[in-house]
Amino acid sequence: MARMKFVCDAERCIECNGCVTACKNENEVPWGVNRRRVVTLNDGVPGEKSISVACMHCSDAPCMAVCPVNCFYRTDEGVVLHDKDICIGCGYCSYACPFGAPQFPAAGTFGVRGKMDKCTFCAGGPEVNGSQAEFEKYGRNRLAEGKLPACAEMCSTKALLAGDGDVVADIFRNRVVQRGKGAEVWGWGTAYGSKQAGQPPAGAKS
Amino acid sequence: MKRLAILVCVTAAFTVLSACGEKPQTLGSGARSDTAAFQGTDNAFAAPGWTKGDKASWEQGLKARAQNSQNEYTKTGTSK
Repeated sequence: MARMKFVCDAERCIECNGCVTACKNENEVPWGVNRRRVVTLNDGVPGEKSISVACMHCSDAPCMAVCPVNCFYRTDEGVVLHDKDICIGCGYCSYACPFGAPQFPAAGTFGVRGKMDKCTFCAGGPEVNGSQAEFEKYGRNRLAEGKLPACAEMCSTKALLAGDGDVVADIFRNRVVQRGKGAEVWGWGTAYGSKQAGQPPAGAKS
Repeated sequence: MKRLAILVCVTAAFTVLSACGEKPQTLGSGARSDTAAFQGTDNAFAAPGWTKGDKASWEQGLKARAQNSQNEYTKTGTSK
């Protein structure tokens, strides 16, 4: 069974923000909400690294655990989605998420927090696949169209990999073997529970 | 006397059945069920090469797409 995962190769990310733009365009994400963003580690220091961050669709998602109205669900492919008709916008998921993925539109009256919005791995929501209702609430359902998330497919250097965990891990492993460095995968251990992955080499700055 | 008995019966019936018209006021909880992605969509943007509703075909299509679009080493033949 396919198990969808994201991998960001920090050796390749050039901080172009193509993934951010692709996501906003594909899903028509409202102003002020960024489902994906590029973060620079050790900014300004020689050897700085950039990574693209969004919801990682964790194996044991903390957002699911803390939601008081149980609006989250996980698809058979391991994609963590939520039902905006159930969400009450309390923000607990935002505090629980180690990646800062949950976003809240602030366009409501008196600054009221709206329904939570986050990366869907381009898999939409509980509405009918590819329907207008699904698009308006969650964005495009590319998985149901047989496609991968727009951010990864748009990435110019293929730093951001998305797809079946076995496939993307294999692609990344091959790269590391070829270049002989850069085996650290930021966030992989946090999201998918591997203890040895995501650990910086001894003596590294970050 | 008979009229009073009927009145009492009608009043008692209204009192007992008054709650039957109540609508449930509990908050909804739990997400609705979602259709699996391999069931496909009805729009015209679906990628070619896989059969709608066939899970194995959908998974194979995505794996091929991931390799073709994200792994340039397959193109140069230097995959280890």
